[in-house]
Amino acid sequence: MISEKKTPYLFLAPYLLLFLVFIVVPIVMAIGLSFTNYNAVQTPEFVGLRNYINLLTQDTIYLQYVLPNTLVFALIVGPCGYMLAFFLAWSLSQITKVPRTILTLIIYSPSMTMGVAMTVVWRVIFLGNQSGLANYVLTQLGIITEPIVWMFNTTYLLPIVIIVALWASMGVGFLAMLAGIMNISPELYEAGAIDGVHNRLQEVFYITIPSMKPQMLFGAVMSVVGAFQAGNIGVMLTGSNPTPSYAAQLMVNHIEDYGFLRYEMGYAAAVSVSLLAIIYAFSYIAKRLFTEKD
Amino acid sequence: MAINGSKVNPKRFHKNQIPFYLYLIPFAVFMGLPILFIINHAFKPMDELFAFPPRFFVTNPSLINFQNLFQNAADSSVPLSRYAFNSLIVTLAVVVFAVFFSSLAGFALSKFKFKLKGPFFAINNLALMFVPIAVTIPRYLTISAVGILNTMWAHILPLVAIPVVLFLIKQFIDQVPDSLLESAQIEGATSFQIYRKIVLPLVKPAIATGAILAFQQVWVNIETSSLFTSSENVRTLSFYMNTLTTVNTVQGQGMAAAAALFMFIPNLVLFIIMQSSVINTMAHSGLK
Repeated sequence: MISEKKTPYLFLAPYLLLFLVFIVVPIVMAIGLSFTNYNAVQTPEFVGLRNYINLLTQDTIYLQYVLPNTLVFALIVGPCGYMLAFFLAWSLSQITKVPRTILTLIIYSPSMTMGVAMTVVWRVIFLGNQSGLANYVLTQLGIITEPIVWMFNTTYLLPIVIIVALWASMGVGFLAMLAGIMNISPELYEAGAIDGVHNRLQEVFYITIPSMKPQMLFGAVMSVVGAFQAGNIGVMLTGSNPTPSYAAQLMVNHIEDYGFLRYEMGYAAAVSVSLLAIIYAFSYIAKRLFTEKD
Repeated sequence: MAINGSKVNPKRFHKNQIPFYLYLIPFAVFMGLPILFIINHAFKPMDELFAFPPRFFVTNPSLINFQNLFQNAADSSVPLSRYAFNSLIVTLAVVVFAVFFSSLAGFALSKFKFKLKGPFFAINNLALMFVPIAVTIPRYLTISAVGILNTMWAHILPLVAIPVVLFLIKQFIDQVPDSLLESAQIEGATSFQIYRKIVLPLVKPAIATGAILAFQQVWVNIETSSLFTSSENVRTLSFYMNTLTTVNTVQGQGMAAAAALFMFIPNLVLFIIMQSSVINTMAHSGLK
């Protein structure tokens, strides 16, 4: 630790300036809007806590579909995506450089191509008629006789969105964990072998993970954030917001629905603030799990 | 040395690595589908683009979409080179400044003791948890108040501070042992020298990852062009390419497919350069 009075502020200054002006100020304004009635045209009208009260008492769509969907989605995609990311990163670290670079690129690529390409690939798989890949395979196996209209089926829509989200969840947390694993000194493994680490599982839990706690924490927070901020998958697959019967409606879709389709910006801001609170609570838990007590 | 001859970052192939390939390759095939699709789609002639049921692979590859794309660009009022030049400047500026400023700030937050350290880091992380779509209008108002609407700055300044990149780099700097910095300090190194000569080289993987992330945010960004500028002269390539998708003609769809590939290639190139430099510049020795 270096303790000097002015230096840290000099190092912080360029980032801090841009951060305050272009990120903090707009967020503070958005939080301010959550206490108003604002249609994006007229001057916002102060309504106190009414948006929040409506959210928790009146908004049946939110309480009945959006909130449960979001929790189910995030509690599956967050932890599973995180473990999968670590597992793949660790596996990639065990092979030689050139194939590792190529495979890393491919596994990360869904995070680069979000959008059109992703939608088309998954639409071909889950097409609602006999020519869809999923229907074709299930018919051939004799599991179903009639093709399933996946995108309009309220039972299957959310699970499909979850699968696609998992598939696309190898993002920056995955890259950071891979870099973290690669950065661990090989001497630690050699020392571990002498100290009686017998198998790969022990190696992972006693050497790899403890040596890369900062990256593990980063990956965990990004998984929480990514899982709760996801939303466009369902809309892109079905081509509509709200998704059919709200079956895959998530918080972000609800915010878009109110903010940019109904122009109730004040209410959309209140939903955003409530989402912030939820994300904060879950990443606090993640932090507790990964921060060393000192 | 390590268990069963397997180890992290092996130098050459060994049969013990085969099990990893057995599941990594099927995973990769599955996850690589969008790349394959983008490449195939761009070379599809009209009849294949609109085939029903949609076809994944191209059967008669053709360059017609690229020809249309360049023809269309040649006919437009603003030359394609103008959009490309704007994109280049904007992307370069954002990536360089984002990484530079974040690493400076990350160094301060990780290795200095000062009063506002805790609160500042907490605010940074809260900011990355706030959904971006909710701040669209406030952001427009702020940019308008700063007075950079319709200038190149409107593409650059709002994108330089990326809370995720700061968080990422700070986490890596946390791993640099304090003892290393202290001994440099005793030998008379200034704080900036410590940052430049010790910290930066040791966190290169984080810098490379941060650069990839910053690039992705700026290169395909259409929001800054569509919301913060109104004159074509200061708009970027991604905006131009996106206007093609909204042209709902048969030709437009083909051009959009070609444009998607065109815009995607720089992503691939940067990723490969950065990722291989991450792996090449491993600096184990200094880290605990």
